[in-house]
Amino acid sequence: MSSDSRIAHAAEDMQAGFLRRYVFSTDHKIIGLQYFFLAIAAVTIGTVLSLLMRFHLVWPSAHLPFIAGGIMTPEQYLALMTMHGTIMVFFVLTTAPQSAFGNYFLPLQIGAPDMAFPRLNMLSFWLTLLAFLVMLSAFLVPGGAPISGWTAYPPLSGLGDITGPGEGMGQSLWVASVLIFCVASLLGSINFISTTIDMRAPGMTLTRMPLTVWAWLVTAILSLLAFAVLFAGGILLVLDRVAATSFFLPAGLVVSGEFQTHGGGSPLLWQHLFWFFGHPEVYIAILPGMGVVSHILANFSRKPVFGYRAMAFAICAIGFLGFLVWGHHMFVSGMNPYSSLTFSLLTVSIGVPSAVKTFNWLGTLCGGKLQFQSPMLFAVGFVSFFVTGGLSGIFLAQPAVDTELHATYYVVAHFHIVMGVAAIFGILAATYYWFPKMFGRRMSESLGKLHFWLTFVGVYCVFMPMHFVGIAGGIRRYADSTGATYLAALQPLHRFMTIAAFITAAAQLIFFYNFFRSIKSGERAVENPWDATTLEWTTASPPLAGNFAGRFPSVYRGPYEYSVPGAAQDFLPQHLPPEELASGGKERSHAS
Amino acid sequence: MHLRGYASVALLLALLLTILVAATVYVFGAHLYPAPPPISQDAVQVDHQYNLTLYVTGAAFVLAQLGLAWAVFRFRDRGQKASHIRGNVALEILWTSVTVIAFVGLGILGRNAWAGARLTPAAPDAIQIEVTTNQFVYTFRYAGPDGKFGRLDPALVSAPTGNPLGIDPNDPAGQDDILAAELTVPVNRPIELLIRSQDVVHNFFVRELRLQQDAVPGMVIPVHFSADRIGTYEIVCTQLCGLGHYKMHGLLHVDSQSDYEAFLKRQALDQ
Repeated sequence: MSSDSRIAHAAEDMQAGFLRRYVFSTDHKIIGLQYFFLAIAAVTIGTVLSLLMRFHLVWPSAHLPFIAGGIMTPEQYLALMTMHGTIMVFFVLTTAPQSAFGNYFLPLQIGAPDMAFPRLNMLSFWLTLLAFLVMLSAFLVPGGAPISGWTAYPPLSGLGDITGPGEGMGQSLWVASVLIFCVASLLGSINFISTTIDMRAPGMTLTRMPLTVWAWLVTAILSLLAFAVLFAGGILLVLDRVAATSFFLPAGLVVSGEFQTHGGGSPLLWQHLFWFFGHPEVYIAILPGMGVVSHILANFSRKPVFGYRAMAFAICAIGFLGFLVWGHHMFVSGMNPYSSLTFSLLTVSIGVPSAVKTFNWLGTLCGGKLQFQSPMLFAVGFVSFFVTGGLSGIFLAQPAVDTELHATYYVVAHFHIVMGVAAIFGILAATYYWFPKMFGRRMSESLGKLHFWLTFVGVYCVFMPMHFVGIAGGIRRYADSTGATYLAALQPLHRFMTIAAFITAAAQLIFFYNFFRSIKSGERAVENPWDATTLEWTTASPPLAGNFAGRFPSVYRGPYEYSVPGAAQDFLPQHLPPEELASGGKERSHAS
Repeated sequence: MHLRGYASVALLLALLLTILVAATVYVFGAHLYPAPPPISQDAVQVDHQYNLTLYVTGAAFVLAQLGLAWAVFRFRDRGQKASHIRGNVALEILWTSVTVIAFVGLGILGRNAWAGARLTPAAPDAIQIEVTTNQFVYTFRYAGPDGKFGRLDPALVSAPTGNPLGIDPNDPAGQDDILAAELTVPVNRPIELLIRSQDVVHNFFVRELRLQQDAVPGMVIPVHFSADRIGTYEIVCTQLCGLGHYKMHGLLHVDSQSDYEAFLKRQALDQ
C-alpha cells in the first residue's frame, strides 16, 4: 500500500462510525491503546491473584467469603499461582511493552503513517483478546484453573484430571489460550519487523533509529522465533492430552494407582521446547523497557545516550545470546551434566552485554542536567532493579550454586525483580513519558512522584526479603508452610512481604486515579512537552490518522542530539533540516 | 522553578538507594538468614562457590547502586549545562573486559563445585539406594544381602497390596529387597541414589547436602554423596507435582555404621 492510499484509508477511518474508529480500527495508535487497556485489565487481575496468594501464605486458615468452601485449598492456591504467572507473562509483560507501546510509537518514531499491515495488526489484537478471555474462562469450568504453573510440565499437564484438579478442562483451555496467543504474537512480530525494515522515513538510517525502535525490532525477531517453538510444543501437548500420543509421556506411568498406556515420550522434551521459548520471553519482556529507559535517560539528562552503538549492539547481543541459555532452567532436570556447564558459560556471558547497558546508562547520567520528572524517576528505578535482578542471576547461572537455590523463593525474587518489576517500571516510565502524546493531556506530576516513591520502596520491601527466604530454604509453589519443619521460621519474613505487597498494590490506585483523571481533565499537552528530539514529538498530541498530517518527515540526524555545543537550544529534533537550525530553529515546536 | 524540587527529589532518591545497599549488606554480612551447615564435601564446595559469587556480585551491587545514587545527586539540574558526550570507546572496552573476566571467570571456577558432584561417577563401593517418587511420597529401596535390585514392572504397581514399586515376584533378586519410607544411610560412606518417578516430575532436595535433583518418569538419574555428620535432615520436593506438593516430605537419617546395619536388619524383618 502506498503512503497516499494509506492516508486516504486512515481518513476514511476517521469519518467512519465509533465502532470502526475505536473498536475495529486498523489505526496502529488505536490498536496500541487497545493492547494497553487489555494489559491494564490483565495486570489488575494478575495483581489481585497474587495478593490472594500472599494473604493465604500468611493467614492460611482465614475465612474468605468469595472462595468456594470458605478456606483456600492447596489446589485453589496453585490455580491462582498458575493463572497469576501466565496472565502476567503473556498478557502484561509481553503485551504492554511490545504490543501496546511498540504499536503506538514504532511507526511514529520512524516517520511512518501506520504499520505495514494494518488489518493484520487488528487481527493480532483481537486474537490476543480472545486468548485472554479463553485463559480467564479456565476459572469457570469444573475443576477450576490448572495447577501446573505457567511452565505446565508434563506429565502433570499431559494426562488430564487424573493428575489433579484443574488438569482437565482448565488445563485444556490454558493450552488453547497459549496457542491463540502464539498466533497473535507471530502475526504481530511479522508486522513489527516489516514496518521497521520497510517504512522508515527518508534519512532514518539504522543508526539514527531511537534505541526504542532497536529494542522493538529485536524483540519482534525474538517473538517470531520463540513463539513459533512454543506453538509447536503446545500442539504436541494438546495431542498428548486428547489424541493419546506420547510426545512428552514415557512408558510405565502409574498415576493414582492406575497404569497408563502411554510410551516413548520424554518429559524433558517439553522442558527444552518450553524454555527455548521461555528464556527469550524474558528478553521479550525486558528489551523494550531497556529501549524506553535509554530514551528517557537521554531526554531527561539533556545528553546523548552514552555509547549509542554499543547500546544497539548490546540489544542485539542479548537477543542472540538469549536463545542459547535456556538450559540454565534445567540444571536439576536430569539433563546431561556436561551441557549444564555449556549453558552456564553462555548464561554468564549474557551478563556482559547487560553490564554494558548498565554502564552506559550511568555514563548517560554522568555530566548531565538531570530533571527528575515522573518518567525519569521510573527510568532510574528500572536501572536499580535491573542491576539487582541481574546480579542475583549470576548465582543461578552456575549449576553448582543453582543446586542450592533452584526452586526456592530466591528464584522467585530474582525473576520478579528483573523480569517483572524492572519491566513494569519500564512500562510505567513509558506511560508517564508518552501519556501527553497518547491522550493530549498531562498526568499530575506530584501524584506521579508519590506513586514512584511508594512503589520503589514497596517493591524492594516485597522482593528483597524474598531472596533471604530462598537462601534459608523456602520452597516456591508451596500452598502452605507446614510441609517441612524449618519453614515455620520463615513466616515472619513472609508476613512482612505480604503487608508490603498490600501497601504497594494500594499505591497503584494512585496511578490509576492519576491516569484516568488525567485522560479526562489533565492539563492540555503541547506537541513536545519534554523538549525531545524524536519524530513522535513533531506531530499533534494525539496524532491524527496518518500521523504526520500529510507532511512526512525527513530525518537529518541521530535521535539523541541534546546539548550540542553552539546550538541555539539544548535539543536538535531529528526532522529539522540543518539550514533551519542555522536560523535559530524557527520551528521550535514546544510552547513554553 | 523546578530546580529546588529536583534537589530534594535527587537527595531522597540517592538516600533510598544508599539505604537499600546498607540494608542488603547488613543482612548478608550478619548472616541473618543462613543456609544450614553443609554435611558433605560437595556441599562445602558449593558454599565456597556461593561465597565467591556473593563477594563478586556483592561488590558489583554496591558499586552500581551507589554509583547510581551518586550520579543522581551529583548531576541533578542546578541550572548547569549538560556536557555533550557521545561515549568513550576506551571506557567501553575497559568495562566490557572487566565484566567478561568477572562473570565468565565465575562461570569457569563454578565448574569445580559441579564436577565433584556431577561429572564424576560414584565410588565403586558406593551403597546404591533407589529413590522412587509418586504423588506425594518418597519410597526408598535397598538391594538387600544379594546387592541386586529386583526387576520392576509398572503394571504390577499396587500400593494397597504392599507392592508400591511393582517389584516382580518372579525375580529372585527382588526377594530380599528392603523398602523404607525414610532414607537411612551410614555416615562417611559413599552413597549413590538412583532417582526415579512413577507419575509426574518430582524432586529430591536435601539442603544440608546442597543436593537437588528432579525425579523424572522414564529416567533413572544417579546422584551421589557422602554425608559426614550424623543427624536427621529433611527431604523436600521442589518440583511442582500437584495439589499435595507442599507436603511431599521425607527424612534422611545419617547414622553410624552399626545403627545403619541395625536399621537394615529391622527393616528386613518387617518386610
